Amino acid sequence: MPAADAFALTVTDMHKRFGALEVLKGVSLQAREGDVISILGSSGSGKSTLLRCINLLETPDDGVVTVAGETIKMRKTRDGRAEPADRHQVDRIRSELGMVFQSFNLWSHMTILENLIEAPIHVQKRPRAQCIDEAHALLDKVGIGDKAGHYPAHLSGGQQQRAAIARALAMQPKVMLFDEPTSALDPELVGEVLRVMRALAEEGRTMLVVTHEMSFARDVSSRVVFLDQGLVEAEGPPSDLFGDPKSDRFRQFIKKERN
Amino acid sequence: MGADFLWTTFTRLLGALDVTLSVWALSIVLGAFIAAGITWMRGSGVRPLVYFAKAYIFVFRGAPLLVQLFVVYYGLGSIPAVRASIFWPFLRDAFDCAVLSYALCTAAYQSEIFRGALAAVPHGQIEAARACGMSRVTLFRRIIFPIALRQALPAYSTEVISMTKATALVSMVTLWDVMSVALKIRNDTLVTYTPLIVAGAIYFVLNYLIARAFIAVEHWLSPHLRARPN
Repeated sequence: MPAADAFALTVTDMHKRFGALEVLKGVSLQAREGDVISILGSSGSGKSTLLRCINLLETPDDGVVTVAGETIKMRKTRDGRAEPADRHQVDRIRSELGMVFQSFNLWSHMTILENLIEAPIHVQKRPRAQCIDEAHALLDKVGIGDKAGHYPAHLSGGQQQRAAIARALAMQPKVMLFDEPTSALDPELVGEVLRVMRALAEEGRTMLVVTHEMSFARDVSSRVVFLDQGLVEAEGPPSDLFGDPKSDRFRQFIKKERN
Repeated sequence: MGADFLWTTFTRLLGALDVTLSVWALSIVLGAFIAAGITWMRGSGVRPLVYFAKAYIFVFRGAPLLVQLFVVYYGLGSIPAVRASIFWPFLRDAFDCAVLSYALCTAAYQSEIFRGALAAVPHGQIEAARACGMSRVTLFRRIIFPIALRQALPAYSTEVISMTKATALVSMVTLWDVMSVALKIRNDTLVTYTPLIVAGAIYFVLNYLIARAFIAVEHWLSPHLRARPN
């Protein structure tokens, strides 16, 4: 096994339970630089929880997350729960992980441009003028360069999600995390978001994508991870997994998704 | 009588407007600070502080304002320890007592408004900020506070307006506000309606201006809720 710092992101033996429900039962994952990993699974399989545990929006009960060689330091509280040992480290690592949510979550009181420059200016403390230039370039890239002065409520769902992708990119993240980015969109708006994501994959971005879009998983990702009941049930290049699925569960899953 | 009397009544009542406005403005500002503290305690998750905040709101929202005013003005002064304390120069003054009891009361209402406005900030937007690596302070300053402020304004304007009307009660503790001057004119002249109607009109105009001001601020702060620019 290569040294950990060869990976953009590794997750080792992640556990998470909500009360009596054990959602993740020991999931491990490695993403090399430029990997596009699709995380598939039926609802309740733990795929969103896995993504949210990586940037500690949920606190994993156990497991190690390493981003670009830096391990997130955790400790146990007196009553046995896990918590981050260093808030500043968590904030810094979060700023290296761009997150795109199912429901966009753009800041409603800010224009699209303000959404894009907010974290670069107030978290990364970069010069304002430079952030604005980059933000305009990113908006052009995702095809909504003319919406810079609009508020989120004035945009369609597809435009909002593209703006949210641009907002995540504005942080110049090392890894992009997508949490079902097209699930809240009308079918006719899904394509424009997937096109942006495909372009990002082609330029070599490291991406973790929780999705139900089978065509994206098959055609765009370099690797597919199939979660089932909190465990990695199948994993590999999409051609292997989709071409000759060894796992019965995965075969059932793609059959169901196709219908 | 007639136009002359109306005019003197009007100018005399206007002369008392400064007392009404001072009690009003000072108690709202002081109350806002207390409310911020109560809101913070309520959301702190520290059990004694949460209980204190809940008890505070229960008491000051539950009892009539007039009772609270009398307790502060007459009640506290009857306790020898209070009269001997360093607070006495403050508590012996009717104006200070009025501001204090109004501030304590409005703080209970204001903190409930703040709590509701904070609770209504969409969770996803907070999560997006955390996912960017925002510290708690930045998150509050840049995301939660601006959104909550806009959501608090409609209810807050109602509270501010009800406070202008509540100031009429300070006539009960010897302050010469608009209402007490109106009552004095009524007593002196035995003309009942004119001073009361003029006083009512003054409160009415005051509240109208306050309401307009809040609408203007709300409009200014909420371009994202208006129709799409073209």
